[in-house]
Amino acid sequence: MLDDAAYLSRRAEEFRAQVARRLDGSLTEEEFRPLRLMNGLYLQLHAYMLRVALPYGTLTPARLRALADIAERWDKGYGHFTTRQNIQFNWPRLIDVPDMLDRLAEVGLHAIQTSGNTIRNVTADPFAGAGAGEVADPRPVAELIRLWSTDHPEFQFLPRKFKIAVTGNAEDRAITAANDLGIRITERDGRRGYTVLAGGGLGRTPVVGQVLADFLPEADLLPYLEAVLGAYNLAGRRDNKYKARIKITLAEQGVEAFRAEVERRFAALRPAFRGADRAVLAELRVRFASPALRNAPTDSYDAARKADPVFRAWADTNLRAHRAPGHSIAIISLKPVGGVPGDATSAQMRAVANLAERYGYGDIRAGLDQNLILPHVHLSDLPALHAGLRAAGLATANAGLVTDIVSCPGMDYCSLATARAIPVAQEIARALDGIAREAGALSIRISGCINACGHHHLGDIGILGLEKGGVESYQVTLGGRPGTDMAIGTRAGPGFAADEIVPAIARLAGAYLALRRDPGEAFSATIARTGPAPFIDALYQETAHAL
Amino acid sequence: MAKAFHPGFVSANDLATGRVIYRTAEGRWVQAPEQAEFITDAGAAAARLSAAEAEGHIAVGPYLAPARPGLRGPEPAHFRETFRASGPSAPARVSWGADHA
Ligand code: SF4
Repeated sequence: MLDDAAYLSRRAEEFRAQVARRLDGSLTEEEFRPLRLMNGLYLQLHAYMLRVALPYGTLTPARLRALADIAERWDKGYGHFTTRQNIQFNWPRLIDVPDMLDRLAEVGLHAIQTSGNTIRNVTADPFAGAGAGEVADPRPVAELIRLWSTDHPEFQFLPRKFKIAVTGNAEDRAITAANDLGIRITERDGRRGYTVLAGGGLGRTPVVGQVLADFLPEADLLPYLEAVLGAYNLAGRRDNKYKARIKITLAEQGVEAFRAEVERRFAALRPAFRGADRAVLAELRVRFASPALRNAPTDSYDAARKADPVFRAWADTNLRAHRAPGHSIAIISLKPVGGVPGDATSAQMRAVANLAERYGYGDIRAGLDQNLILPHVHLSDLPALHAGLRAAGLATANAGLVTDIVSCPGMDYCSLATARAIPVAQEIARALDGIAREAGALSIRISGCINACGHHHLGDIGILGLEKGGVESYQVTLGGRPGTDMAIGTRAGPGFAADEIVPAIARLAGAYLALRRDPGEAFSATIARTGPAPFIDALYQETAHAL
Repeated sequence: MAKAFHPGFVSANDLATGRVIYRTAEGRWVQAPEQAEFITDAGAAAARLSAAEAEGHIAVGPYLAPARPGLRGPEPAHFRETFRASGPSAPARVSWGADHA
């Protein structure tokens, strides 16, 4: 139903009428605001912002071209990829938004439930179906949840927004433990099932999700989710929006009591699920079947590596292990040094669509780190892919390096921001570019306010922009990490003024290079070995810092 | 205790475009902050805000933004307002063209 262009176009028509009524004065802003938010339209600092869901980060060339068209026709020629597999358009005019929604509907995309206290865009491992070591492709499950949760009548007015992430890989790139509900597909004794985590989240109260169900049989997923959402819908606090997320419900009730309530509901709900959900899941598995990966010699890849140092540098940083021999996962960095993290122009989106068609089996993903990914590329196609990316200004060889900075829009766009984030990311990238290769994998994540959309708690180095005494102040956290053993970074100490934060981070990176035992020792391992003290010393070495 | 009054101007977002706008002494909405009416007392602020609220067909979310006198007229007195007035500090577009790696 949701991919049904007619349904989505009806929704767009409905919104067109609402926009017209707002513009002719029949609707007040108070009346209109919830309607526009239901369609993903926010009013930000400088303009409206349309947030479009890219379900579980999966894109096709047609969808990416539609996004490129939208950016070009109705925005300023670029889009911003977020940390939750959404794309945001920063400059639409109100009157144009229904046309934008129509264009999205043509390719089965929409902005429904990208705002409000509903179940938001379901995210998933961006390497789904491709990553080495995968137990199962999470996308059929993510799609089943999307179908179930979109327009679900009971869950349109939850106590607060609700985020679900799914992974099918032991290496958790979907950051499931940072979601209200995290689903990990696992196998035990030859049977497939789910480990369900609940109550994870970042924001003002960062919490690592706790195990709610250790091993849920495959057939029980939807009734179980319905039970969890039902329990939360009733128990979640509506008196205080800062205490309304499920993480607070769990903290207040205790996980045992919440689990007992979920199980009570589950027992009542289970008989009503007679297998239609499983039939849909079976169909979805067919829909998400692997493309027919080809067998071909890979000598040209080896030759290009030897002959072209620029290609080799890119291959060394931007490729990841594929489950199939002869193939690779290619990360397209949207982090040109000095650029805006996550931004791509219309021309770049079209270039990626073309390259995916040519070399990537028509499959494109949006990562949770604001990069794009071609999940299946034959090794022999990589040199040509790289050349195409270079021509499009998309061949920055820094995936996973210190210049691959995750940053929310901060006060350059976001009305909730307390400080800027993008310029800080740009300056740090410029300052650290010279040591990026030497430093290896080192993550910096920046948020422009306590809401933590830049996932600063999960960076080796996290930066949180705040306001202190009428000026921007940047707090540093150390030792965070996403993934299966997610950890929340610890605050290093007092904040830094805007003109102090970049040198402070440079000192921190320098301290890591000096302190690590060898180039193979990751930042997290070094800090675990030395303790935070030498890093904190380096950070505060020579500043009269702002308090 | 009531919050101390801070002088300012009335700002909002334009309904049709979302762009930042300011209210002049004549009750027009403009994009240049220096043309805004500089409001220095709480009574005038309340009156102007209620007038602005009634102009919901033009302006969304009017509020009194902190300002101070400047050479050409009032100017923003808080960094958030400075960014609202000047637009994003970062160039909005990433570079398009060949890499020079
Ligand atoms: S972290 Fe804050 S500033 Fe950044 S996008 Fe989220 S709400 Fe906006």
